[in-house]
Amino acid sequence: MHALGRTILYRLVLGLFSILAVSVVVFSALEFLPGDFAASVLGRSATPETVAAFRQELGLDLPPVQRYLAWIGGLLHGDLGTSFAGRAYTPRPVADIVLPRLGNTLFLAAVTAALATPIALFLGLLAALYRNSRFDRLVNALTLSTIAIPEFLVAYLIILVLAVKFPLFYSMSSLSPGMTLAEKLYLVALPVLTLSFVIVAHMMRMTRAAIIGVLSSPYIEMARLKGTRPWHVIFRHALPNALGPIVNVIAFSLAYLVVGVVVIEVVFVYPGIGQTMVDAVRNRDIPVVQACTLIFAVTYITLNLVADIVAIATNPRLLHAR
Amino acid sequence: MSGDETLLDIRDMRIEGESDGQWNVLVDGVDLTLKRGEVLGLVGESGAGKSTLGLAALGYVRPGCRIASGDIIFDGQDLLRLSDAERCGLRGHRISYVAQSAAASFNPAHALLRQTIETAVQRRLMNAGAARKKAVEQFRELSLPDPETIGRRYPHQVSGGQLQRVMTAMAMHCGPDLIVFDEPTTALDVTTQIDVLASIREAVEAQGIAAIYITHDLAVVAQMAHRIMVLRHGKVVEEASTQRMLDAPQNEYTRSLWAVRELAKPEETTPSSPLLTIEGLDFSYGKGFVKALDNVALTVPRGRTLAVVGESGSGKSTLGRIVAGLNVPTSGRLTFDGAALPPRLEHRNKDLLRRIQLVHQSADTALNPRHTVREIIARPLEVFFDLRGEACDRRTDELLDMIELGPRFATRLPSELSGGQKQRVNIARGIAAGPELMICDEVTSALDQLVQEGILKMLLGLQASLGVSYFFITHDISTVRAIADEVVVMHRGKVVEVGSQREIFAPPHEAYTELLLGSAPQMRADWLTEFLAERGPVARQHAQSTERNGGSTHV
Repeated sequence: MHALGRTILYRLVLGLFSILAVSVVVFSALEFLPGDFAASVLGRSATPETVAAFRQELGLDLPPVQRYLAWIGGLLHGDLGTSFAGRAYTPRPVADIVLPRLGNTLFLAAVTAALATPIALFLGLLAALYRNSRFDRLVNALTLSTIAIPEFLVAYLIILVLAVKFPLFYSMSSLSPGMTLAEKLYLVALPVLTLSFVIVAHMMRMTRAAIIGVLSSPYIEMARLKGTRPWHVIFRHALPNALGPIVNVIAFSLAYLVVGVVVIEVVFVYPGIGQTMVDAVRNRDIPVVQACTLIFAVTYITLNLVADIVAIATNPRLLHAR
Repeated sequence: MSGDETLLDIRDMRIEGESDGQWNVLVDGVDLTLKRGEVLGLVGESGAGKSTLGLAALGYVRPGCRIASGDIIFDGQDLLRLSDAERCGLRGHRISYVAQSAAASFNPAHALLRQTIETAVQRRLMNAGAARKKAVEQFRELSLPDPETIGRRYPHQVSGGQLQRVMTAMAMHCGPDLIVFDEPTTALDVTTQIDVLASIREAVEAQGIAAIYITHDLAVVAQMAHRIMVLRHGKVVEEASTQRMLDAPQNEYTRSLWAVRELAKPEETTPSSPLLTIEGLDFSYGKGFVKALDNVALTVPRGRTLAVVGESGSGKSTLGRIVAGLNVPTSGRLTFDGAALPPRLEHRNKDLLRRIQLVHQSADTALNPRHTVREIIARPLEVFFDLRGEACDRRTDELLDMIELGPRFATRLPSELSGGQKQRVNIARGIAAGPELMICDEVTSALDQLVQEGILKMLLGLQASLGVSYFFITHDISTVRAIADEVVVMHRGKVVEVGSQREIFAPPHEAYTELLLGSAPQMRADWLTEFLAERGPVARQHAQSTERNGGSTHV
């Protein structure tokens, strides 16, 4: 256990460094973004003096290093900064803009993950167990086509069938505060379905491949020869040894659910963090863009970290030293 | 043996395996009967169909194989007519299996005890508490260390010999009528093998379990079996009681198997000068680690063979790699042909590299699978002798004749060669450089005995005609007898004994040499019994401590 603790600590420190590096990259990249907020808000007719005054008010006239340090310092105190937009009348903290949207995105991701992961694992196991059977080929063909079709098309097809032809669900998933869980679940049904189609394919195929790889090991033959029942062979003997790659692809899919769903959010008019970021980029609202990017980076790194730790923790060779 | 009741009756068994879309016969019309409590030895070379037939006794065929015809009657039931679930119910309960590589056959994700009692608990033959208690009892009977707690360990935490005994305990846990042992000791060191053999035999005898014991090692099967069946190309060559089979083998092929063990190199009478001298050699992997080699000193005489003998973990391969320049010693001096031998590969000039060649144990991994035999052998000719075109081809053909394959093999790929042929090509590549010293690292260990004999004879012939010296690393005593002039016995990184072959094999021995020599099974049916009777509890403890400290698995 000692060795495991050390490994986890090591990975955590590495993760923190990665996040720091990402913050530098994000900050510098935005520095190079053409145009600035002051000029774009004040319009073409603004005098250079007005622009300069506005830049000073926003702190844009300070040297980049100083601004970076101020930003990071604020982050360490849990302060994401203040949005540029609407500053003159009501200063809006970035947290107020981003966090509710992040909450919505995480809700959508959680519901999708809760539905898609068990289905993917189950289909993957079945496909591995009945390898090259008709069932296996059917599942493979179906999942391959859902990967191949662009997700917005899947989304519109689903809307066409389940909201237009048979109006069972709403085509728009605009959540608002104060809704009950049941209402929310009903509203997100279609985006959840769409996203599930996309991620089930990846997870199912990786599960199938990992299990098939393990099934050719001598210890699986041994399990069969000692009369272990087929399902036990899969669950008790194959699955624990295939967990590493499977957990990795699950983490990857979950990260996608947080980071990569902007298209789906647009199609279903879902108030998630992806849309927020796209709007902020359009408005040159740099603090919001920075906050969103950093949230994405943290999500990615954390999920991969968790996957690594799970992979290590399920490997007895690493868990129990000689 | 208890009673004359037939337990297993395999009739006219024909099993086929698919390769490249064709069905080849693996087992060809074999009849096999086994009485209750009887142990049948199944002997043959690799590819003879032993394992396939052994697995058929459990009603199991590997993926890609099929039973074409025949019946398998176990205790009155035809296994092939049962449903999958019924067959599954017999396995592990009434018929069980012990695999060759226990390290690969235990699930790395679960502790040993859990795997041992799995079948009993799943079938509700015992409750978990009783099953655990029984397993611990069996661990004790099989003389495993710490029987109470060893079950909590994971497979990678236990040595090869111990794992093999845990697997035997697992096979016997539900009180089966029949166990199929598939080469259970092939991967073990001789001193480890002996304890596993003894444990298996005691346990099987005590409970009157019938067994099929599969091996390619005749001396081993002679200790274990009441009756021996010799297989070749999927057919029965000969079948008789063990004593009869040892005393008077009827078939030509069987007799040739017996003859292999008698190969012995005659003593050289002419004196020889030293070619390679090693003095005060130390080596450890990184700083602060245990020494893998400790104050090693030895001499390889010119034109002779020095055999370096030891079990896994003795440091013999590391020593070979140091001579080849692949590992750099911590301290010590190497002298080659009168001059200091630079320890680092990059400090050796091209001619020095040519004069010392290394031949690896596994030709499968040492030969590039995409190169033809000609390309493989021509490479050193190009590098060291700058031979090109026709001259190079001519020399390659000569070398192919020297390794008794001939020019027609030149265009083949390694995948189109048998194991023995691959090893010959591997050796030819070393010989092509025209070396004075050839390091042979377990070059015959993975081969069948008849093939081994051919390669050893070829190596002796090459030595006689080319005057090359061999630094011959092996763990096998009969190989030493066949090829060595001088012998170095190594144990845990130290040289235990040095001398000519005659000196080493003649008493008095160092204690470890004694153990090593004594542990090599002999072709007498009662050898193991005598050995165990003679060996005091002290020797047994010694063997176990060796096993616990070393990895003790040959791969």
